[in-house]
Amino acid sequence: MNVTLKIWRQQNAQTKGKFKTYPLRDVSPEMSFLEMLDYLNMQLIEKGEEPVAFEHDCREGICGTCGLYINGRPHGPMRNTTTCELHMREFKHGEVIYIEPWRARAFPVLKDLIVDRSSFERIMHAAGFISTNTGSAPEANSTPVSKIIADKAFDAAVCIGCGACVAACKNSSAMLYAAAKVAQYAMIPQGKVEAKERVDKMVRQMDAEGFGFCSNTYGCEFDCPKGISADFIALMNREFFSSRVCGHKQK
Amino acid sequence: MALAGIFLMLFLISHLLTNLLMLAADGGKAFDRAVELLGHPAVKIVEYTLFAAFLIHILLGVILQLINYRARPVKYKKAPRTEISTFSRYMFHTGIIIFVFLVIHLINFFFVRMGWAPLPETAAHSHDFRPMAVALFQNPWYSGFYVISMLFLGFHLKHGFQSAFQSLGLNHTKYTPAIKIIGTLYAIFISVGFAIIPVYFLFFFSS
Ligand code: HEM
Ligand code: SF4
Ligand code: FES
Repeated sequence: MNVTLKIWRQQNAQTKGKFKTYPLRDVSPEMSFLEMLDYLNMQLIEKGEEPVAFEHDCREGICGTCGLYINGRPHGPMRNTTTCELHMREFKHGEVIYIEPWRARAFPVLKDLIVDRSSFERIMHAAGFISTNTGSAPEANSTPVSKIIADKAFDAAVCIGCGACVAACKNSSAMLYAAAKVAQYAMIPQGKVEAKERVDKMVRQMDAEGFGFCSNTYGCEFDCPKGISADFIALMNREFFSSRVCGHKQK
Repeated sequence: MALAGIFLMLFLISHLLTNLLMLAADGGKAFDRAVELLGHPAVKIVEYTLFAAFLIHILLGVILQLINYRARPVKYKKAPRTEISTFSRYMFHTGIIIFVFLVIHLINFFFVRMGWAPLPETAAHSHDFRPMAVALFQNPWYSGFYVISMLFLGFHLKHGFQSAFQSLGLNHTKYTPAIKIIGTLYAIFISVGFAIIPVYFLFFFSS
């Protein structure tokens, strides 16, 4: 199949970017989307042009690096699918495919399709952890967790930190990401100990990074490749209120 | 934002029920009695709270929207295809329409009551709202504007009702689906309820 790619090219964070058009012939429908870009880059290198910069690592939907905004949707047209899991068979022969980087103030473009997502890391550094005990692992059964709660916490913990929620949100809000990270600890006994301080610090950091504010449009949930539910956003709001009202003053 | 929104939504219920009394067959006697209550000190407190709620809600709404515009300095070239409800996409815009309506509405009624605007000749005194409303509603342009504004109010409420619960963290696998249905019914009740009043006075009423 043949496709026409319209790809955002930008030298670095300081320069302005623009779209460039690349007609690509003889693409196999079996190729993954990233293999298709590899195929394009090989041709560009042979012609002596600069290859398109894009991020990828695991290519099996678990690392979260491969976010591309494809034809108006993060990770492309399939739900619950990362860009690396997307295949060219989902596109039509002759289709024009727009490929853009995530657009958000808190995700500045580094080069072409690569954005800097360290704002996400800083939210985690703020308090996205459980202060560890030293010594050997405790007896597992000494901290009982119900199956329902364990499953729910795991549903939050499957977030791969890809940033599609921010890219999808009309407000560029990071609420779904932050909520998943807060919720994975907030529901289980190990995480409850520091829950009040955690949510406060993480939300503050999120706001400081320049993400937008949530207006409950649920676009994040629609485009999250891991199917994280916006119910966790309500959970985080609840945690946040309870932290504000009942939590101790922080230094 | 959500708390102010909830207060406004409660106010709309009481305002609508009062206004519907205008349609009663008693020539507006029940309505006039309800209007008299507005002078009561307890109602005065609610009135000040109401102004505060509007102010807070509108101010926060505008700030929220400005921050959100700033959060994406470079827009996407390809129009987003992420599916979200149309009502949620246009909350700010429907809010602006409600605001414009609100200003005109206050000039028409509240200003007259406060004596800041001249008393229309149809009205006997500054609390005589029914004849004022009837005169306004018999103008098709005014009625049309009123009905369309109520439509947009309904859109705002359709999203706003459930959004307020989500914002307050009041979410539950059992009750949230019910909240969404009640929100839809509430939005229809409010917008249709307010809209039938001008429609009645325009088409089915002769004084
Ligand atoms: C009778 C009048 C109004 C009622 C009952 C009402 C109700 C609500 C409710 C319940 C919400 C959801 C709150 C949340 O989730 O936190 C909301 C959101 C909002 N309202 Fe209003 N509102 C009214 C008038 C206005 C006006 C005059 C504006 C003026 C600009 C406005 C702008 C907004 C904005 C920008 C949002 C939030 C953003 C969003 O959820 O997308 N509203 N409103
Ligand atoms: S919540 Fe979903 S979309 Fe957002 S970062 Fe996590 S996996 Fe990606
Ligand atoms: S490359 Fe790891 S999730 Fe796509």
